[in-house]
Amino acid sequence: MERYIFYILAVLLIVSAIAAVSSKKMLRSVIYLLFTLCGIAGIYFLIDYNFLAAIQLTVYAGGIIVLIIFSVILVHHIEMELEVAKLSKKLLVGAACALGLGVFLATIYAHDFKVVENFNTTTTEQIGLKLLSYEAGGFILPFELISVLLLASMIGAIVIAKGKKLVKSEKSNVESIQKNNN
Amino acid sequence: MIAGISIYEILTVTSILFFIGVYGFLTRKNLISILMSIELILNASVINFVVINKYLYPDMLQGVIFSIFIIAVAAAETALAVAIIINLYRQIASVEVKDTEIMKY
Repeated sequence: MERYIFYILAVLLIVSAIAAVSSKKMLRSVIYLLFTLCGIAGIYFLIDYNFLAAIQLTVYAGGIIVLIIFSVILVHHIEMELEVAKLSKKLLVGAACALGLGVFLATIYAHDFKVVENFNTTTTEQIGLKLLSYEAGGFILPFELISVLLLASMIGAIVIAKGKKLVKSEKSNVESIQKNNN
Repeated sequence: MIAGISIYEILTVTSILFFIGVYGFLTRKNLISILMSIELILNASVINFVVINKYLYPDMLQGVIFSIFIIAVAAAETALAVAIIINLYRQIASVEVKDTEIMKY
């Protein structure tokens, strides 16, 4: 049963990822990306990391996709067609990617993974204890660093996006007025 | 772990996802599309972390915690990138790569 669910998820992931990078309409490709991210959350559910799946759904599907949709709507006309690359470039990049994929798969299948058969469930409590643990192997320092990083990026995003409104045209207006006065 | 699915099949799927992301990164000419391709690449690597943690080291939690950190950094990066794109659109009224010549705040 789980096997078939995994195959369905894999097909969904790959098809919607291809659609996301090749769709000509901007908003549609964002929605295809949303399908991909939800499929990835499904894979996390399948391998029994419920907390990660919840994070994936809230942060990616709930946060990042909404942010990207906002920026698309602010920046584009909603049905705008994207400029596509030349066919020769597409073929070249596709061939390079296929070559890289071949190298990856050859390396993966040549390696002998020592798989441990297990059906453990990781609870959220274990993850939280590990994140806040002071002992050797604990993750308290990176956790605090991430919080500082998030604060810094929030302030940075506000400062950058606020900007000065149309500095150039105001300046040129002022210059033209001064010229007129002279 | 998923019953009946070996680690090779999951790693195959994530490799395909990664290279679809690389393809989009190289062929798209729009800053927002490039950002979306970066999200695909990051997600493929996060699945790799989680799957290798689950299949090879089931008693550890390092893979899960690293993937949480990657997701947090990706969220911060997206917020900053969207801010930069909106500021750029205000200044040059375009988000195409070929029109982007200034990168000065």
